[in-house]
Amino acid sequence: MATGVAAWLPFARAAAIGWMPVANCPMPVAPRDNSKRQDELIILNVSGRRFQTWRTTLDRYPDTLLGSSEKDFFYNEESKEYFFDRDPDAFRSILNFYRTGKLHYPRHECISAYDEELTFFGIIPEIIGDCCYEEYKDRKRENLERLQDDQEENKDQKLPNMNFRETMWRAFENPHTSTMALVFYYVTGFFIAISVITNVVETVPCGTTANQKDMPCGERYTVAFFCMDTACVMIFTVEYLMRLFAAPSRYRFMRSVMSIIDVVAILPYYIGLVMTNNEDVSGAFVTLRVFRVFRIFKFSRHSQGLRILGYTLKSCASELGFLLFSLTMAIIIFATVMFYAEKGSSSSKFTSIPASFWYTIVTMTTLGYGDMVPKTIAGKIFGSICSLSGVLVIALPVPVIVSNFSRIYHQNQRADKRRAQKKARLARIRISKSGSGNAFIQCKRNGLLNELLELTDTEEDEQKLLTKSISLLESQHHHLLHCLEKTTAHEFVDEQMYEQNCLETVLPNYPSRSPSISSQDSSAGTCCGRRGKRNSPLPNASLPSTHQGPLQELSAIHIQCGDPPFHTASRSNLNLKTDNSGRINCKGGRITTAIISLPTPPALTPDGDGLHGPPQRRPLPPPGHPATPSIQTTSSSAGTNIVKVSAL
Amino acid sequence: MGALMVIFSLQPKQRSKTRDSVEDELELSAVRHRPEGLEQLEAQTRFSRKELQILYRGFKNECPSGVVNEETFKDIYSQFFPQGDASTYAHFLFNAFDTDHNGSVSFEDFVMGLSILLRGTIQEKLNWAFNLYDINKDGYITKEEMLDIMKAIYDMMGKCTYPVLKEETPRQHVEVFFQKMDKNKDGVVTIDEFIDCCQNDENIMRSMHLFENVL
Repeated sequence: MATGVAAWLPFARAAAIGWMPVANCPMPVAPRDNSKRQDELIILNVSGRRFQTWRTTLDRYPDTLLGSSEKDFFYNEESKEYFFDRDPDAFRSILNFYRTGKLHYPRHECISAYDEELTFFGIIPEIIGDCCYEEYKDRKRENLERLQDDQEENKDQKLPNMNFRETMWRAFENPHTSTMALVFYYVTGFFIAISVITNVVETVPCGTTANQKDMPCGERYTVAFFCMDTACVMIFTVEYLMRLFAAPSRYRFMRSVMSIIDVVAILPYYIGLVMTNNEDVSGAFVTLRVFRVFRIFKFSRHSQGLRILGYTLKSCASELGFLLFSLTMAIIIFATVMFYAEKGSSSSKFTSIPASFWYTIVTMTTLGYGDMVPKTIAGKIFGSICSLSGVLVIALPVPVIVSNFSRIYHQNQRADKRRAQKKARLARIRISKSGSGNAFIQCKRNGLLNELLELTDTEEDEQKLLTKSISLLESQHHHLLHCLEKTTAHEFVDEQMYEQNCLETVLPNYPSRSPSISSQDSSAGTCCGRRGKRNSPLPNASLPSTHQGPLQELSAIHIQCGDPPFHTASRSNLNLKTDNSGRINCKGGRITTAIISLPTPPALTPDGDGLHGPPQRRPLPPPGHPATPSIQTTSSSAGTNIVKVSAL
Repeated sequence: MGALMVIFSLQPKQRSKTRDSVEDELELSAVRHRPEGLEQLEAQTRFSRKELQILYRGFKNECPSGVVNEETFKDIYSQFFPQGDASTYAHFLFNAFDTDHNGSVSFEDFVMGLSILLRGTIQEKLNWAFNLYDINKDGYITKEEMLDIMKAIYDMMGKCTYPVLKEETPRQHVEVFFQKMDKNKDGVVTIDEFIDCCQNDENIMRSMHLFENVL
């Protein structure tokens, strides 16, 4: 229950009178409010600034420092106040949390200081209200990133026990860590540059020999260029092998982009070595040399900018794709139009639509080579329309795409953040809702055990032990829910039980054969069990088909649970802090299963387990039939079992 | 071009309308309800001064403007019943508390209602309950009205109940209720039948005294 509306609990309870005439059963007893003391003002002295509030305000959240008895440690006898040596500014928002039920994060406050205050006062940050939650999370994330950055700087420090391989890898990845690494870095960079320049210069015409036309330098000084190439490739190969050796995960390294570039850069050389003898494929060999230009991409290890460009292109791929698509559309349209417009004219260059593509592209990008020009009037008209629209089609999307890209990128980040926070927020709401629901179900269990203890006349202490765990507010709320249960003659259960019950209802209902003990006992067929009676242990689970039946049955089981602990067999742990003598003997595991299982043997089985027959719809066989229970232990065994049995 | 001018000229009128509504909203939200004085309330209800103080502090904490409208009421009431849907029942409750039917529950309405429920005589409490069930306030509870109320109550249980809630459960419950209450079997329950029957039912009598120590 949201403690923020605790003030309305009296109202809700009073309004429950509206259910009374409708109910057919007596209502449960209301929890006694033993603490009839007057509400008093508490003075909280935080570093000199005095805050005052009602005691009940602080009691709203009993699991925090101020709401629990933990604050007694800070009580100052002489001045009759609670003194905290903390920041009074931050304390304001904490105290406001008690007053309004909402925790706010003051923007001017430092995130780590605020976190510390929250931790000190025992308040979890997750309950910060939605108005301030995003801000809080943002600041927290920034702080975390700052801490991570600090840690990463330390990462470059040499760890004492790195072996040779790890040292090498670190040298490769972070060249500034050691001089050797730096030297290596520059050497490879140098050789990449040499290799690229060589490739370029190779093709420059180098002057003529006597009787031949211009030859490219590559063919003139073949040997020199070959030596250069060999040297570069050797360096690259060595570098690649060294990286492969040093990589912590070789498989992952081989799949990475940079290593693929390395491989593509050096492969043509080796293929060329293998293939020089064969004249036929030398043409193919020549084209392979094209791949040598990929060596220039090796620079991206050296240049941060290249890497960012690559990443940018990758991330706005969809925008680029859209641009390409719209261009293609326009090109096709105009090419078709131009082709048909120029079909008439003779000696037209527009021989086919694909041939017109070239014209359209050249015109739309405003290049205008002039190698293809329309000759007919219609062609010229459409050609001019084409060039005009070219400007629009090309020039417009680009800045839009650029700005879109930056906007969408940031928006995506924000949307992802919001989505993650929304999920977290919904999860919080769901947890708190289910928490309060489950709290009631748990308290039902504990509450029933209270009553059982009353029945079995155990000591007062144990009773107090049990009742102490819930606050008065909660017990009143639970009483309210209990009244509702009685009014409608149904009970609250948790999700698991509900699903199991649904399964159960699918199974056919057998007609009742033997009368239920409870039905003999109960008068006027009321839905509520007789709590006072401790009759025979026979569990007879046959139920009349009305919904009131199972409750009778449950009441029978309830009684049996209350039997003094004669049973020796396994006892389930009920989370009670009582000692063994007072422990209720409701067995765990089997109870759960029995819901779906076959009839269990009745009370007098040796382990005395049959008492806790399931509240099922099937009849139990008369005593003596050794029916084997099909134990279908569900995973929700230990703690929640009790709910089923004793849930009345 | 002319069409564009016409369109633009139409805009300012709409804007002024929205401006008015904004001002109206400001006015509404500025409405603060101040309750009557403590002495008057003390005289009209059966609460002591201290109790009224505690009640008002809680009330004003939740509703700083001094009145509760139906939405807030539904929200607050729903928080007590996390597993089900309490909004329909909250609607009926709201109507029962809002005695002057002005769409909002002020502190006086609130405290009058509570005074009857917590400190009233059995007669008054039963009267209040009858008023709650009689949705159209015509002095008779018909089966349809009772069915509505019953469905609202069962809605508060939610889905996960044991035994599983069936469709006809509220209807059956209404039948039982009418069997008990409708003495002359004319299909409606009047206030006298209701009070008579409730006074003869010891369960109901006992439960009426249940919440007397709430405050």
